[in-house]
Amino acid sequence: MTQSMKTILLFALVAVLIIGTGILQGPNLALVILNMGLVSAIMALGVNLQWGIAGLFNVGVMGFVALGGLAVVLTSTAPVPEAWSAGGLRAWFAILLAICTVAGSAMMYKRTRKGWLVALVLLVGFIVYRWVRDPAVGAIEAVNPASTGFLGGLGLPVVMAWPMGGLLAAGAAWVIGKTALGLRSDYLAIATLGISEIIIAIIKNEDWLSRGVKNVTGLPRPVPYEVDLQNDPGFVESAAGFGLDATLASSLYVKIGYSLMFTAVLLIILVLAQLALNSPWGRMMRAIRDNEVSSRAMGKDVTFRHLQVFILGSAICGIAGAMMTTLDGLFVPTSYQPLRYTFLIWVMVIVGGSGNNFGSILGGFIIWFLWVQVEQIGPAIMIFLTSGLAEGSALKAHLLDSVAHMRLLTMGVILLLVLRFSPRGLLPEK
Amino acid sequence: MDFLNALVALTNFVLIPAMTYGSQLALGALGVTLVYGILRFSNFAHGDTMAFGTMSVIIFTWLFQSMGISLHPLPTALIAIPFGIAVTALLMLGTDRVVYRFYRAQKAKPVIVVMVSLGVMFIYNGLTRFILGADEQRFMDGERFIMRARDFKEMTGLREGLAFKTTQGLTIITAVIVVIALFWFLNKTRTGKSMRAFSDNEDLALLSGINPERVVMVTWLIVAALVTIAGTLYGLDKSYKPFTYFQLLLPIFAAAIVGGLGSPVGAIAGGFVIAFSEVAVTYAWKKVVTYALPEGLAPSSLLQFMATEYKFAVSFMILVIVLLIKPTGIFKGKAV
Repeated sequence: MTQSMKTILLFALVAVLIIGTGILQGPNLALVILNMGLVSAIMALGVNLQWGIAGLFNVGVMGFVALGGLAVVLTSTAPVPEAWSAGGLRAWFAILLAICTVAGSAMMYKRTRKGWLVALVLLVGFIVYRWVRDPAVGAIEAVNPASTGFLGGLGLPVVMAWPMGGLLAAGAAWVIGKTALGLRSDYLAIATLGISEIIIAIIKNEDWLSRGVKNVTGLPRPVPYEVDLQNDPGFVESAAGFGLDATLASSLYVKIGYSLMFTAVLLIILVLAQLALNSPWGRMMRAIRDNEVSSRAMGKDVTFRHLQVFILGSAICGIAGAMMTTLDGLFVPTSYQPLRYTFLIWVMVIVGGSGNNFGSILGGFIIWFLWVQVEQIGPAIMIFLTSGLAEGSALKAHLLDSVAHMRLLTMGVILLLVLRFSPRGLLPEK
Repeated sequence: MDFLNALVALTNFVLIPAMTYGSQLALGALGVTLVYGILRFSNFAHGDTMAFGTMSVIIFTWLFQSMGISLHPLPTALIAIPFGIAVTALLMLGTDRVVYRFYRAQKAKPVIVVMVSLGVMFIYNGLTRFILGADEQRFMDGERFIMRARDFKEMTGLREGLAFKTTQGLTIITAVIVVIALFWFLNKTRTGKSMRAFSDNEDLALLSGINPERVVMVTWLIVAALVTIAGTLYGLDKSYKPFTYFQLLLPIFAAAIVGGLGSPVGAIAGGFVIAFSEVAVTYAWKKVVTYALPEGLAPSSLLQFMATEYKFAVSFMILVIVLLIKPTGIFKGKAV
């Protein structure tokens, strides 16, 4: 069977799975799976660019996804004028000071190579930063803390947040790449793991910026609200024309709207990724991945190329993160868990086939489908398995309770099996 | 000015907690460094192995408590540790047999093995949560304090109290014993020497007739003991929650790298460097400084450099600085 046949068949399988879910478990669940599947596929494309094409090991996907979510808050929520007048400019000025301090000390280290001088600059900069920042932050967070307590965003259309998410993630990736690329691969892994935890810590604790653990709800949407559709006589009439009641029709309409937008983004990124993969640039990247030494000998600037592809991949993850937060309509910093947003994406890339863009998309859909369905089907299986046990026994109750943790186990087993028996994934690189 | 009170406050809030945390990190980092030295990959499943080991200790503790066995005034968990180590060792040897051995035989690239360890991490994580749940568990019993703050005040007449928890004392003493035993083993016994030889130069070690599978097996056994002890001490001292153990991965790796990956002495030094910096940066120094400075110069702010939530940022920054300035770590690890 040729590779393209296999690709078509496997994607047809995904379609059958999703349509089957629609028939058996209702169209709503099918669309939920499809939408998050699209987002997951974009994330997997980003990771594939880094790992599959350039061989960079990034375990900080969660951080970039969260930055995308933050971008939605910063771009699309309405600004809070009272908070801005209370200390908005001062707070941002403090951030600017912090950036200048770090950049200045880095430059100074390059020029003079004197550690104590750099430490002094950092210390003084830090004290000034705190002196500027603390009153501003206190004032901002005191403004109506129950409903705002943060600066708000720019009030722009929410779709603008998607490229913004990419930019934010790219900025963070530049900083990490500058420090950790060029060292051995394990170090990049640990550095990215660390930075993602720090990004989450910042988002959780800088209430003036992101409202922290108070969450931001009611983010603007690029699609109409269900309630408005249900109150629109024209919509109700056309829904009745399809034989649907208004509630179901409105929810399907909204979800399909998201699906179309996400599909468009996925297609754009896929086309760009395919073009990049088959371009001279893509060949160079793979050459670097396969043999760094010989590429260096051919005059390629390996560190710069790594930085480039690391930023691009992270930006794609940031875009996907912004799309996901838009889809949820709320920003919940505590929901970012590394197992879900970093390692699950890795499973998608490995299972799909690293180095193959279609493979990543396929992996994104299949793994996401399993992730949702194991949660749906797991309890049913467990009820069946424990049916022999006495009613009300402690073991039975415990087993039924812990079934939620089965999916971690399942994902781990899938990852190990694929790595062992089919290390090139479902759709291997050509 | 009141140096004595300043010193007591410093000991109470900074030195003792940092010593305790440093010992726990050092034991964890020793495990990472041993795996790196012998098996040559960064084990991302380390944090979850710790959680698993602690979980088995907790279950045995509950078993012993229900049987009425106790070590009063010491926590029952101490009797449970050997059993926990046995269970963890079985799990790790099983994992090695089923998972890692294949990649060793293939001489797979380290980064592939790291990825495999991610899969193992998922499985351990799932196992731990499946058996005991994801919630916080407390399993500390016995006497809580060696020295209570109130008793100290009455004893010395100072204004500041000095509290010394049993778990803190236990952690430090256990860590010292474990480290001495480990170094004795690595430097004096035949097996330990063969492990070091294997870590230094694999080919030469193989030529001298060292059995690699035996070295690897002994390594996993030692690592199982280290993680179970470290995890239990951490759980006794703070509390047990699987996710916290996963998050410990970052400071532990930072400690191992700062000290120099592959160097046991470095792992211990790194553990203490990370712990002391974390505590020092996130502690509000107002109290100590108020005592130490002359009257009237007392600071008005809390003098806290960073909120406690940013403690991961501290280990990360130290890690970055070391990577930039001296990538091999303080004690010349093998990684470049």
